[in-house]
Amino acid sequence: MTAEAVLDLSHPPSKPFRETLARLLGHRSFVIGGFLVLIVLIIALTADLIAPFDPLRNAARVRLRAPDSVYWFGTDHFGRDILSRVIHGARISLIIGGATVLMTGLFGTLIGAVAGFFRPLDNPIMRLMDALMAFPAILLALTVAAVLGASVVNVIIALSIATAPHTARIVRASVLVIRELEFVEAARALGASEARILLRHVLVNALGPLIVRLTYVFAIAILAEAALSFIGVGPPPPAPSFGNIIANGRDFMVVAPWITIFPGLAIIVTVLGLNLLGDALRDVLDPRMKV
Amino acid sequence: MPAPLLRVDGLEVALASTGATIIEEVSLSLEPGETLGVVGESGSGKSVLALTVMGLLPRALARTRGNIQLGGDELTTLSPDAWRDRRGRDMAMIFQEPMTALNPVMRVGHQVEEVLMNRRGMSAGDARRRATALFERVEIPEPARRLAAFPHELSGGMRQRVMITIALAAEPRLLIADEPTTALDVTIQAQILDLLRDLQKERGLALLLITHDLGVIAEITDRVLVLYAGRVAEVAPARLIFDAPAHPYTRALLASRPALTGPRDRLVSIEGAVPSVGAMPPGCRFAPRCSFAIGPCMTAPPALIACAERHAAACVRVGELG
Repeated sequence: MTAEAVLDLSHPPSKPFRETLARLLGHRSFVIGGFLVLIVLIIALTADLIAPFDPLRNAARVRLRAPDSVYWFGTDHFGRDILSRVIHGARISLIIGGATVLMTGLFGTLIGAVAGFFRPLDNPIMRLMDALMAFPAILLALTVAAVLGASVVNVIIALSIATAPHTARIVRASVLVIRELEFVEAARALGASEARILLRHVLVNALGPLIVRLTYVFAIAILAEAALSFIGVGPPPPAPSFGNIIANGRDFMVVAPWITIFPGLAIIVTVLGLNLLGDALRDVLDPRMKV
Repeated sequence: MPAPLLRVDGLEVALASTGATIIEEVSLSLEPGETLGVVGESGSGKSVLALTVMGLLPRALARTRGNIQLGGDELTTLSPDAWRDRRGRDMAMIFQEPMTALNPVMRVGHQVEEVLMNRRGMSAGDARRRATALFERVEIPEPARRLAAFPHELSGGMRQRVMITIALAAEPRLLIADEPTTALDVTIQAQILDLLRDLQKERGLALLLITHDLGVIAEITDRVLVLYAGRVAEVAPARLIFDAPAHPYTRALLASRPALTGPRDRLVSIEGAVPSVGAMPPGCRFAPRCSFAIGPCMTAPPALIACAERHAAACVRVGELG
């Protein structure tokens, strides 16, 4: 090894993102969770290619058929292939989860950042968030979905309203800590505007907890979608989602348990994967775990 | 004598809640190319003085009296936005803790370039070249590579150099340094002080250096302002502070320095403690701890009395004790 190479080791080139990635890849939960989520994601993206049947095709001759070599997951009371429905259901469930993450991320961050940074607004905003958080999330989502009507978009809106307050609270907590740090004062001493300080100096440093929270929001949204569907205010049939396949199978639980078991397993795999991912991200991104 | 760049006149800062004063009747002037040291113990108001000049007083404090002029322009009547526009461009500040004064998730080069682009309107390419040159000037080895470093990858001394670069990037005329070397070890302290002095000479910068370290004062300041409990105790050329201190507080401060030679005795300290905000004695604020205090010291705060050219002390007995 040359002298220069030794010198390089004492000042490693700065690649914090690569560094973080390396630590994530060394984390077992991240690898397992990431693998599960990736599989579900690939299935959802390639649903049209890999689903053996049309998920909406009725076939009276094969109603309530138990799993066999043709219908791996069996069929429901309309003779629709459960495997194909679960595969296509993954797509809708992930769309709902992903869109909820986006909306919650956007509005939760905005609300939390404003409350934490512009102190006079803190009390009014956070008391409103407290009021929203006082409702159980599922009840709140149920109310909103019931008022707006059952559709994919309304489910996303309902879940975003239910999950945004907690996200706002997390962002606000980070902002409250970061705004008091010396580099924020230093930026101010250089004449940076308040908006610039908030965006470039405060929010960027608050990303870690937000990413972790949003991973859990994804999991919560998929579970809540299933719950809303089960009660009948989820994405409307016949288009499949994890939740409404189970809801369809409710009446046949005894004679055809496969209708509910397989989408149920799909939910478990997806939510477990997301939770493992969230745990790993929390371990790696939490500043207290560093150094 | 050139016109002062910074002139502070009768400044008073008080707690917004109770109206108790933090600093009172503080006046100072600073010429281009001059270094004024502000000394005082913790709670003497030296950092508040710096923040007031920058227009960065926390919400709990308010300037209740006095004027601040920079280059002849009154700052206290400016709108918050206009004052903000002066920061970075006309005056800049460096802080005590180089560990926390840099944004941890932004490359240091970027933090310099951002100032150049926003405050000097440079293009990205020009800013990059200028930042490299500035890093070279503050003696950061391998400047091109260090630009891409994150703060946690640099040592304390390097970070303070980066802080100085950022503060000077927009070419301010006034630099306020709030204990810039307190968090550094002694050899690095000397390097940073040398660098500050060189940069100041080179650019004709007015430097307001806040410190509690008399060694730093001796090292680089031209004049010294001694603050005690929010009031000016003494102002004098740096040399005179050590050779002919006029105020009993300054004398006590100097006497409490450990001697480098001779037997190691117990450290000398000043009896008593700084009076707390809101419970200031009616007379001279140092009187309760002063071994020279007489009747008049207890009734009214003494005015600054000149005792030599450019040398004044707020002590009624300045003539007889000299």
